[in-house]
Amino acid sequence: MLKILLPLLGLAALAFLPNFVSDYGLGLLIGAVTYVTLASAWALFSGHTRYVSLATVAFYGTGAYTVAVLNEAMPYPAVLAVTALIGAAMALVVGLSTLRLAGVYFVIFTFGLSELVRQLITWYEVNVTGTLGRYIFLDVTARGIYWQMLALAALTIGLTAWIHRSRLGLGLRVIGDDETVAAHSGINLARTKLIAFVLSAVVLTLAGAIVSPRWVYVEPSIVFNPTVSFLTVIMALLGGANRLWGPALGAVPLFLAFEWLSSHFPDTYPIFLGLLFIGVVFALPDGVLAGIEKLRAKRKGAAQ
Amino acid sequence: MSFLSIDNARKDFGGLRAVNDVSFTLERGEIAGLLGPNGSGKTTLINLISGALPASGGQITLDGVRLSGRRPDVIARAGVARTFQLVRILPSLTLTENVMIPAVFGAKAHWGAAARAVAEQALETVGLSDRAGATAGELTYIDQKRLELARAVAAEPKLLLLDEWLAGLNPTELTEGIELVRSLTRSGITILMVEHILDAVRALCPRVLVMNSGKLIADEETGAALSDPAVIAAYLGESADD
Repeated sequence: MLKILLPLLGLAALAFLPNFVSDYGLGLLIGAVTYVTLASAWALFSGHTRYVSLATVAFYGTGAYTVAVLNEAMPYPAVLAVTALIGAAMALVVGLSTLRLAGVYFVIFTFGLSELVRQLITWYEVNVTGTLGRYIFLDVTARGIYWQMLALAALTIGLTAWIHRSRLGLGLRVIGDDETVAAHSGINLARTKLIAFVLSAVVLTLAGAIVSPRWVYVEPSIVFNPTVSFLTVIMALLGGANRLWGPALGAVPLFLAFEWLSSHFPDTYPIFLGLLFIGVVFALPDGVLAGIEKLRAKRKGAAQ
Repeated sequence: MSFLSIDNARKDFGGLRAVNDVSFTLERGEIAGLLGPNGSGKTTLINLISGALPASGGQITLDGVRLSGRRPDVIARAGVARTFQLVRILPSLTLTENVMIPAVFGAKAHWGAAARAVAEQALETVGLSDRAGATAGELTYIDQKRLELARAVAAEPKLLLLDEWLAGLNPTELTEGIELVRSLTRSGITILMVEHILDAVRALCPRVLVMNSGKLIADEETGAALSDPAVIAAYLGESADD
């Protein structure tokens, strides 16, 4: 009971937070919640299967671009629905063609996919429509964006909690450990991976769509920034990608740290980013939560 | 119609024919040994039956259901369970979870308490129930082997394929292992076991199939097969002076 009540109370508190912060503070809140959503959605597929995807920004950017193209053509809820469908369709095609790739090949493919989508859209805009940049004029306030993103984050974490208890989650864990054993135990590998990949991609695409009015002006090089994919991975890994609250726990401090670094050291900031990546992989390969558990077990062992 | 029927199974790896038109049948509840020198195609044949590799030709059916050409997960749900020559466990899962997997995703699709009960029963069978909550990666080699067998048993299979499951055990463990496999046959599971330890084969299998360079060279009563000149020649090589 407490496990459901506490997060709900937390969610209610977070929903009231915009009343107490400045515009700058609200911007930080939106950024933090966006990365909580991205990292949680990334972990929904990659956390248990250990398929490291760098396609986060391919979906996120597609979501933002879809809004840029459609925002004047149809009402906002319809735009969101179309965005979700596009994300799902894209994930289905990508998933069907790549989920049999293992390890580093999958990583490289997903990285290439993000670049491919960016180049395709650039080519299309330059050669067909003749306009590289687009404007997003939507009647959405910053608070509105924050609440929508908060709802999406809550939905993602709720969905992850449900998956952890379901057959799907168990199947994903087995796939992460050993695909051969999974197949010989009766798990349909392609279907299991595809369902999780599509669910994750829909959330990532929606996150891009929801946050897009913040940019006002978008062009492919802005919305398909590969750093988003890398940040998402490192945030999820820092907190613990296979834990329910791990990605959220990693996303908030890292987002704030990056914000601070990029405003104080705009030129040398990528160096800190690189050092942080290396630090996380070396010191906490399984994430903070697993690290804490290990430490506790050690103390217990020492006490006895 | 036979329970397991293998009809002209064939597997080519490029120019190498690893399994060359092998045919035999097993009856329900039977236990048979699959022998042959290294590289004779035993594991490849096991892989064809379990669907780990697609066959290049021939037909395999179990209890009237065609297995050849199907995916491994479909074959698993049709009632085939296996162990692996190099033991394969799920290191990050607990013992109970390891064993639950085929119960959950197998033919009967148990869930919750029912799946847990099947897993506990299987762990009990192999003598691991007191460590059910431990993580599988912490187990010793022999216990990993037991765990793998428990996982295969929890699938409640019609056909169990053991790929050198007794290899690498010390004499005491071997005696226990043989007893364990014997208890499974008593419960009515059909077993096909690849095995190099002839004492175990003699103790468990009334009938053996012998392969050499992809072909089935003997299918007979165990004692007769082990004194068959063709079988001895396959294992020891032809002597130069005859």
